Amino acid sequence: MKQQIIVSGIGGQGALFVTRVIAQAAVDQGIPVLTSETHGMAQRGGTVISTIKVGSFASPLIRTGQADVGLLLWENNLSVHRPLMKSDGVLVLNAAAAGEGIRLDASAIARKLGNAVLANLVLLGCAVRHNALFCDEQACIAAITRLAPERFVDQNLQAFAEGLHG
Amino acid sequence: MRETSTQLMMGNEAIAGGLLEAGCQLAAAYPGTPSTEILQSIINHRDQAAAPLHVEWSVNEKVAFEVALAASYTGKRTVAIMKQVGLNVAADPFMRTAYLGTVGGMVTIVADDPGPHSSQTEQDTRLFCLQARVPVLDPSSPAEAKAMIGPAYALSEKYRRNIVLRPTTRVCHSRQSVAVGAGTVAGHPSRFEPDPGRWCATPAFLPALHAGLNADLEAIAREPEWQPRLTPGDGSRAGMAIVAAGIAYAHLVDLLADLGLAGTIDLYQVVMPYPLNPDFLAHLRSDYQRVLILEETYPVIELQLAHPGAVGKQTGAVPRVGELSPDTVQTVVSEFLGLPQPQAPPPTPRGQRPSLCPGCPHRAAFYTIKQTFPDGIFPSDIGCYTLGMNLGAVHTVHCMGACISQGAGFFQAYRLDGGDFPTIVVTIGDSTFFHAGIPALINAVLQQARIIVVILDNATTAMTGGQPVPHLGIAAGGQLTKAIAIEPLVRAAGVEFLQVCDPYEGATFAEVLRQADRHIRSAEGSVAVIISRRPCVMDPVAKKNRVSLTMSINDDCAGCGICVSEFECPALSLSEELGMAVIDQDRCIGCGTCVDACPTQAIEIEEER
Repeated sequence: MKQQIIVSGIGGQGALFVTRVIAQAAVDQGIPVLTSETHGMAQRGGTVISTIKVGSFASPLIRTGQADVGLLLWENNLSVHRPLMKSDGVLVLNAAAAGEGIRLDASAIARKLGNAVLANLVLLGCAVRHNALFCDEQACIAAITRLAPERFVDQNLQAFAEGLHG
Repeated sequence: MRETSTQLMMGNEAIAGGLLEAGCQLAAAYPGTPSTEILQSIINHRDQAAAPLHVEWSVNEKVAFEVALAASYTGKRTVAIMKQVGLNVAADPFMRTAYLGTVGGMVTIVADDPGPHSSQTEQDTRLFCLQARVPVLDPSSPAEAKAMIGPAYALSEKYRRNIVLRPTTRVCHSRQSVAVGAGTVAGHPSRFEPDPGRWCATPAFLPALHAGLNADLEAIAREPEWQPRLTPGDGSRAGMAIVAAGIAYAHLVDLLADLGLAGTIDLYQVVMPYPLNPDFLAHLRSDYQRVLILEETYPVIELQLAHPGAVGKQTGAVPRVGELSPDTVQTVVSEFLGLPQPQAPPPTPRGQRPSLCPGCPHRAAFYTIKQTFPDGIFPSDIGCYTLGMNLGAVHTVHCMGACISQGAGFFQAYRLDGGDFPTIVVTIGDSTFFHAGIPALINAVLQQARIIVVILDNATTAMTGGQPVPHLGIAAGGQLTKAIAIEPLVRAAGVEFLQVCDPYEGATFAEVLRQADRHIRSAEGSVAVIISRRPCVMDPVAKKNRVSLTMSINDDCAGCGICVSEFECPALSLSEELGMAVIDQDRCIGCGTCVDACPTQAIEIEEER
């Protein structure tokens, strides 16, 4: 089992949290995992990317053309991070307009839930619904429950469910 | 002792776990990406420490190093933690420590930032260690970094030398399953033995200390634990070897596996790039005709090897600038092994640039400074407020604390020409002011520099995630301590013009700036200081207490774009479709400071949310 995943967004969108959820899902299944994350200056609203390598790997970074799955929280990052994707890789985008890949206006759904930042878990739910990831619904729910601060767990699970059930 | 288990940990958390398990009793740091989370994680898990533990966010890296050093003299295990440019600040005690040594285990963790991603340089701490003659360890993963800590303390104690652990961004900010709770080491009672010939070493003592250092380095180079680790090839590429260190080794392992080339060439992982075992170097020189060296960011191994058949950064076979990405490693390895070159990755746009947060008090301050002195000179400094360059209100960013001295330098240069001089407005964050701004302020006053210094006081070290600052009176663990206020420090430095102002009050702030300008131009004028005081919008307490307004844009908007270009709030953009500015309500926090930025008064406050 090997899968290479990118999570792309801008600072403040919760790309790091989704990265941790996916990585935790791998750990819970006993699969080795490596991630890399963007910290520092870029977190102030700039383009950020996390990479997740599930399976037997030594390096956390992904070469051009090697990503199996791309979760894009910020549509404008497509031109920046598209080259990392395999030609047959699965793209799941938070986007209102039509275009390449699986698209869902996750921000709009999250806004209805009361907080635009929940778009990150809506998008994760959408990716699971399309079987894009190595992990299933239960694995994600367990990881979200473990990692979210207690008072946000219900809200986070609801956002995930919204994406999961479309 | 806790049970052994595995946990998904960030590299910095793994390093912190290693320090706690190794019985580290004093940890001192100044925050800086990518090193910050190490001390933060020690704070978060300090209840797991085996021995009594002192943790501090020191006022700067030099101080952190010296505190950890003296504690080591008593026999305790200690650590000083910083980013690579922090070592420049700590260089003075660091260099002398190499000669004088330590007693209890001392490890200095210096996190490098090849790229760089969030730094002023991409300097290589390993080269710094070569110059300082300090052994340095180069981990390739979070798990390896953690596993190095205990043996690094043992090495430090065996030779009574400071040992550097040099993780890079990709180790610090990677996550991996890491074994935890494997064992803990008890603390040491403090017992300082005066030894003037060592701890006070005057020049007379230094030749002997230097000779001792040299002898120890020769022995350390041969320590079995730290020898290069060979993965032998199958002989199909005889006479060739690849030598790699740090994260580049990890990229290489994945690449060779991917290309089906694992185990076809002799592969050495160097875990201690300095000092290198002379036998290893002789072996590479005599038994291989061609050697590729992969290391970040300077040719430290390559320089020591001095092999005519070696290629790397020095020869230009490996790019000399930037991070060694897996793509770069593939290009370089393909060239070395005579494989077809991979398709070059297409050029990509840089993506969204970072900005000060919506509602950031620094933006309001910068906007008013720029509007009040359109022809001013604006030296600034290191922190979130570096992003004031997006508003055209930051002209120089150099290193911690440099802005005040640079402001003074600008003034002295213009003064020599006689006549009028431009208004020089220096901006410096509160944490940076304590770190290195105070001596510069004293100097500016002493040299009668007619400059305005605006201390951007947001009551936190914001860029690195909100570490406490001295004027809060809160220590690293959250316990209360003496608060060191900014105002008396400024007055004690001889400053006679001092005003405190809320940057959200734009008109008042502008008036105070004009007063300051009159002061610096008056007969007795000298440095004027304004404290621009409002908490960071990320601060949890400030978040809770903040008044949030609902903002909208009315039909008077002419679509001029001034609010976007001059005020530069990420919640404001220009809609080509509508021909007017629009507010992203997901990002707007309702601070209302943008109202003044619109020349047609089209930005309105609708109501309090």
